[in-house]
Amino acid sequence: MHRTKVKVVTDALDANNTIAHANRHDFDHAGVTVVNFMSAPGAGKTTLLERIVTELDGVRVGVLEGDVAGSYDADRLSALHVPVTQLNTDAGFGGECHLDANMVRSALHEVPLGEIDMLIIENVGNLVCPAEFRVGEDVRIMATSVTEGEEKPLKYPLMFRACELVLVNKIDLIPHLDVSLDRILHNIDSVNPKAETMCVSARTGEGIDAWKTWMGDLVRRRAGAPA
Amino acid sequence: MHELALGTAIVDTVVAHADERRVTAVYMRIGRLRQVVPDSLLFYFEILSKDTVVEGARLELELIPARLRCAPCAREWEVDMPAFRCPTCSGADVTAVSGEEFEVESIDVSDASDVSDGSDKEAACTAPR
Repeated sequence: MHRTKVKVVTDALDANNTIAHANRHDFDHAGVTVVNFMSAPGAGKTTLLERIVTELDGVRVGVLEGDVAGSYDADRLSALHVPVTQLNTDAGFGGECHLDANMVRSALHEVPLGEIDMLIIENVGNLVCPAEFRVGEDVRIMATSVTEGEEKPLKYPLMFRACELVLVNKIDLIPHLDVSLDRILHNIDSVNPKAETMCVSARTGEGIDAWKTWMGDLVRRRAGAPA
Repeated sequence: MHELALGTAIVDTVVAHADERRVTAVYMRIGRLRQVVPDSLLFYFEILSKDTVVEGARLELELIPARLRCAPCAREWEVDMPAFRCPTCSGADVTAVSGEEFEVESIDVSDASDVSDGSDKEAACTAPR
């Protein structure tokens, strides 16, 4: 049998990245700033979003809600009267544990890009796979909660390294836990010294104002930037 | 645990480059920073390639060490643990020189004229694992 070696030299995620670029082009065209929001299940992504989506100082926020199944999170956010688009990864997508660029693309026609300034894509709760798949976002933010322990950054560096901002959530629970906030912050810094970190509590609202300012600045920076 | 998703991306990439020829081997360069578990990737690759031209192909992984470089002090070093500050100046302006690869480098394909159902498949099937 005759065998031939074929040079490929292609990043195996190129196909995804190409679609992510197409998404990005559409977002840029609409002037919408896009955040890919990731975390482990239960870190508090939806509760954090409930804290900011209606109060971002004039910034109109829309949410693209990724979940394996159900619309529990989307229902919570819809109750706040912000445009929410549900994207289930098990309805024709094979129950994926993350969003990829193509899934986001398939839902874009339902997102009112003309009516919003910022789209927050709430990814499927998972500390590994979402980090591999860009979806066309401007920035990546992750939430980690103090209840997850101190070593998560060291165990899941891929995710922590992928983000520009890490929110350390549930700090109101610190007095009840045997974890050190300093240790968590040190471990995040060790894995991703370039990342900004903010300590917050979605429950009490502590630290949320600083996050809101950060998010608002993203949109204002874009508005101020030359086209 | 992301090997299922990564395996899908590999098989799709290889199928796109195989041009309908049967693939007997896939050579990949994978950086250590990608946190890929080779055994797990091989396992999923075998399952995901079923009923494609990649079925039965051998997957060869070359693992690339993670090398970091600090921009201010120009130090370059290899890491095997997640510590990304410069050990010399403690700076944060550190980039990965290598270790982030996830690249299909080349594939071996058998010429279409040679693909006669039984024999070719049998030969290729001895390879994986």
